[in-house]
Amino acid sequence: MTPPTVESPIRARLGGPLKLAIPRGALWGETLDALDGIGLETAEMRGDSRSLVFDMNGLTLVTMRPSDVPTYVEAGAADLGITGKDVLLEQQGDRIVYEILDLDYGACRMVLAGRRGDQSLGESERRVGGMRIATKYPRTAERHFEQTGRHADVIEVKGSVELAPLIGLADGIVDLVATGRTLKENGLEIREEIATSTARLISNRVSHKLRAVEVDDLVERLRPEAGR
Amino acid sequence: MIHPIPPGTRDILPDEMRELRALQATLIEVFERFGYGQVATPTLEYDEVLQRGEGRSGVGAYRFFDERGELLALRSDMTIPIARLVASRFADSEPPHRFCYVGNAYRVVRPQRAQVRQFLHAGIELLGSPAPEGTAEVLEVLSASLDAVGLNRAVLGLGDADLYRQLLTELGVQGEHRGRILDRLAEHNLVGLEMAVDEVEGLNAHGRETLLRLPGLRGGAEVLDQARELGGAAVERAAQRLQQTYDLLVKRGVAGRVQLDLGLLRDLGYYTGAIVEIYDPALGHILGGGGRYDDLVGRFGSPMPAAGFGLYLERVHVAQMEEERVVREGER
Repeated sequence: MTPPTVESPIRARLGGPLKLAIPRGALWGETLDALDGIGLETAEMRGDSRSLVFDMNGLTLVTMRPSDVPTYVEAGAADLGITGKDVLLEQQGDRIVYEILDLDYGACRMVLAGRRGDQSLGESERRVGGMRIATKYPRTAERHFEQTGRHADVIEVKGSVELAPLIGLADGIVDLVATGRTLKENGLEIREEIATSTARLISNRVSHKLRAVEVDDLVERLRPEAGR
Repeated sequence: MIHPIPPGTRDILPDEMRELRALQATLIEVFERFGYGQVATPTLEYDEVLQRGEGRSGVGAYRFFDERGELLALRSDMTIPIARLVASRFADSEPPHRFCYVGNAYRVVRPQRAQVRQFLHAGIELLGSPAPEGTAEVLEVLSASLDAVGLNRAVLGLGDADLYRQLLTELGVQGEHRGRILDRLAEHNLVGLEMAVDEVEGLNAHGRETLLRLPGLRGGAEVLDQARELGGAAVERAAQRLQQTYDLLVKRGVAGRVQLDLGLLRDLGYYTGAIVEIYDPALGHILGGGGRYDDLVGRFGSPMPAAGFGLYLERVHVAQMEEERVVREGER
């Protein structure tokens, strides 16, 4: 065997500040609070700035839709990201990212809901073998019915899903609820709870290994018990 | 007129082909220099033969019936066919056997994930050489290969496939809980891991802490000390195995690019002992992996310790391009 050709000790470092993808939308405010809590100055971001990228305290913050966060993180375009567990559930098996911390805020539930006092969910199941379910989370919904041994025709809609059972597109909906007010105002009620969701910190696989020290440091600072 | 090809497959045009050919030639040259002779096996195998090697595995192969009704499969990696080859063709010759390969392998994909059905794999298998010496040799060849293709910054993550199986046995975690914990570890879902661990009844606080802290330990030789501080026989044994391999890597001059990683768990079913993943800072994806599979060749009737690695050549090619870009931008 030939003698080794490798001598120099190389410890690779990905260049530049860590990139953290953060979600606009429902988690935006509490995410900025959490970042304030670890000493970042997010006042500039709270304004009506149209910028998408912010550099601060050795961290690059990239803002995007929550459902895009796993995409950027999986590819390594962002090292880390914050998004809802609901997003991770919907993209489960699609996006290979490490889920490394429960940030505890942004609590909500994925539920099956039907019209108040209406029996069509049960009746459809009994008489025609399956419920018609409208949802923005088709994969989560399908998995839920599959795992509970039932059949449902899952109809994906993009907009206000509460509309579907009101005008007869579906017997019920699978949707994310925080307070339940929207359901109530539309005459809907929760029938089953499918999952609970909070904000999660996710990491790119390579970044988690090659930038271990920086990643772990940020994780410890963001840890809810750290009293940020 | 456009005639479609299946998603996850692609045509390769001359410019890329030329670079891929050079990449392959460079790798084969390194493999040969270390004494690894190139072999080729059929793209198609009997499904039953591949299944024999797979054990518990999430890797889906394409299967179909031939004209006689035999169930065939497209190979989903190169390691199992080479284990079959060694058991069938080299049963009477003295190990160790050193083989290398370059070839396409095929895996089923989920749609719209930018996953590939066909990928070019290049690597080596060292059969009949036990840990830690055999592992160290494989990693040295891997390191030399990465340097030869210009990935001087690439890092080898080194972990132990038996650690958690043994640790869970030591902690008395069985059945459903055990499976769930191993699944969460393989996904590296630390939030789900904590939930799964908390579901185990009768697990003491120390066992809990060990299970939750170990997966985060990655770095230089110091992580072995940190692991040992958590205590327990399974952790101690894994730390010893990793230490022995690491010491040999120091001697071979490749330890500088090795990251010891107690959180590493690969999802192929046949790994035992050392497992490896390959990272390059220019790419967010893993370039390849490998490890020991001491039980695999035995499933084909010729028990012998073995280890190897495989590189996803298309990804190595992308990383090469990215690294060249980094250099170019540095010069500007």
